[in-house]
Amino acid sequence: MRRRNGLRRGKGIVNVVLAVICFIWLIPTFGLLISSFRPAADILSTGWWTIFPHKDWKTVERIELSRDTDLRQPIEVRGKTYSDDELRAGAEVEGQRLIWENRRARIVNVQEQKWTSTLRFTLQNYETVLGGKQYKITLPDGGTKTEQGSGMGRSFWNTVAVAVPSTIIPVFIASFAAYAFAWLKFPGRKIIFVVIVALLVVPLQVALIPILRDYTGIGLNGTYFGIWLAHTAFGLPLITYFMYNAVRQIPRDLFESAYMDGATNFTTFSRLVLPLTVPSLASICIFQFLWVWNDYLVALIFLGSLPDVQVLSMNIAGLAGSRGNDWHLLTAAAFVSMLMPLAVFFTLQRYFVRGLMGGSVKG
Amino acid sequence: MEPATATAKPPKTGRFLWLLLISIIVPVFNVGVHGLIFWFFRDSPLHPVVNALLAVIWGAAGVYSIYWSLNWVVEQYPDAWKRRLLPFVYVGPAVLLLGWLLVLPTVRTLYLSFFDATSSRFVGLANFGAVFTDRLLATALRNNLLWVFFGTILCVSLGLLIAILADRSSFERLAKTIIFMPMAISFVAAGVIWKFIYYYTPEEQQIGLLNAIVKAFGGEPQAWLTMVQPWNNLFLIVILVWMQTGFAMVIFSAAIKSVPDDILEAARVDGAGEIRIFFQIMIPYISGTLLSVTTTIIVFTLKIFDVVMVMTGGQYGTEVVATQFYRQLFMYQNTGYGSTLAIVLLIAVMPVIWINLRQFRREGGF
Repeated sequence: MRRRNGLRRGKGIVNVVLAVICFIWLIPTFGLLISSFRPAADILSTGWWTIFPHKDWKTVERIELSRDTDLRQPIEVRGKTYSDDELRAGAEVEGQRLIWENRRARIVNVQEQKWTSTLRFTLQNYETVLGGKQYKITLPDGGTKTEQGSGMGRSFWNTVAVAVPSTIIPVFIASFAAYAFAWLKFPGRKIIFVVIVALLVVPLQVALIPILRDYTGIGLNGTYFGIWLAHTAFGLPLITYFMYNAVRQIPRDLFESAYMDGATNFTTFSRLVLPLTVPSLASICIFQFLWVWNDYLVALIFLGSLPDVQVLSMNIAGLAGSRGNDWHLLTAAAFVSMLMPLAVFFTLQRYFVRGLMGGSVKG
Repeated sequence: MEPATATAKPPKTGRFLWLLLISIIVPVFNVGVHGLIFWFFRDSPLHPVVNALLAVIWGAAGVYSIYWSLNWVVEQYPDAWKRRLLPFVYVGPAVLLLGWLLVLPTVRTLYLSFFDATSSRFVGLANFGAVFTDRLLATALRNNLLWVFFGTILCVSLGLLIAILADRSSFERLAKTIIFMPMAISFVAAGVIWKFIYYYTPEEQQIGLLNAIVKAFGGEPQAWLTMVQPWNNLFLIVILVWMQTGFAMVIFSAAIKSVPDDILEAARVDGAGEIRIFFQIMIPYISGTLLSVTTTIIVFTLKIFDVVMVMTGGQYGTEVVATQFYRQLFMYQNTGYGSTLAIVLLIAVMPVIWINLRQFRREGGF
């Protein structure tokens, strides 16, 4: 009995520790999500955690001093005297705080600690980042500012245009190759496959300079087709290896009976191999799709930052560089780019985990 | 399905000519059609959504039709030839692409690394010497070592800890989902998330979480990413840990579950404490997994680029090899240094390539 209690208490501690870790893990994303819905003025003046009830100074009364109060002399408020500096920083007395509301008009705020929360939310940030038009926003000091939308909507579709073909093309090519490596005999089969295994972890930096030169030569720089090809080649070693392992798992008898029935290799491939490897195909497709969706380096080098081709990661990196303090834009932009990965993650989690585990070695 | 059967068998010379004809026409036709489609896409005036949709159709149907048509040509050949040629139709595109865009470039980069900035003068190993002596490049190397060392240790140990905790907790699935989620998002987005956490304003109200916490405990707010060198590298490494621990955890979790229960029970009956069980049974049992996760994360941290680029652009002493590669190439136009840095990365992953190949052969390979 003692032992069981010990175990139960152990479980309690485990649960608490794990809950704390999970909490820490969630906070960054949660803070981003909350911030992206807060008005620009709020984001820049208070932390996102102020949406939760907390104690803060709230003005309960305003005292108008006489207009000709000399600020260089001790200032009398409610029978006590304060210096100008004290009123600027806020002078605490009997649980209340006195602070200038408007120094020139000689107005003093009387504040008390009260439970409060700033619960103002807006969709303005998303409108601004998605559109390419000009928007007016309110600043913390009450003024307004016109800012250029960042065209994330356009970037979103650009990213789709880059990511979908960059997934389908290499998966097709690699599946055909994997079939050949697994079931056909040909000279050079072994050595080619060893090279593919070796290429698995090769950093793609070693390929960038020469490819860039070739692309510049044949005009592929800054085109979708160029980046499809690049992603295809960079993804091929992993996808081929992954699909090879999947195709090899198919029982030999199935192939033999298919050949007996006079099926050609092509029909065997499309009617037998593809349907039987659907789970693996799904996993590797998800991996490759997210890899391309989240990619920054390849897009940076081969696609560039022209608005009509730039992808989400380029757009956000550009924003972070040029408007690094505009948190209302950055948070919304980052969340737009996370929508697709998170949707895939939560709907296809099983395949997703498999794909990531298989694909973790990618260069 | 099989147009071959529909064609009447022509006499021998006719058959030869027919084969020759289709062997030339079909590839040329493919090149022509897809070349035209490519030209269309290159200067396409269409809306990106339409473009994306067309591209998807082309990507799927186009690639499939290339294989289908080439396969059809080979099917016309006599059996012996068919068997010899067909595998090359299947692996051909993959081999050509890999050759053009990965294998040859690697060789060419190696070649370029022996030349000067403009690739016009042979300088031997001078670039490699510079990598270890030039202050900028040496900083990049040092930081990359920091990344590899701290990044890997933190990811692996936290991943293992969380995997074990989750295994014994009452909400395993939920916890694993939460820890794994950051793996789905891009490093660029993660960069924004963490930049916000590290944000510093000279003003009184701190809107960055870290500075707000520091202030709440009576500390002095800091510009974490710029001022606290060289510790700012660690703040960047935290981002990697946040994102990659989930990966280590999922794999460790599977490995832990494969430890047979009766061994653990026997140890408990013999009076072994949980800590002793962990070090003397679990660790040896999952050592293979431990090794492969560690090498994977090492390779990953060696190539780290996006985080540094987005967070600091490599300034304030946070340069790593991959960002320095980019800087040398695009800002200083120094192809020699750029190539050399790429080759340094390649050399760094060589041991892993070797391990992979050995593993592959041991698993039966072919």
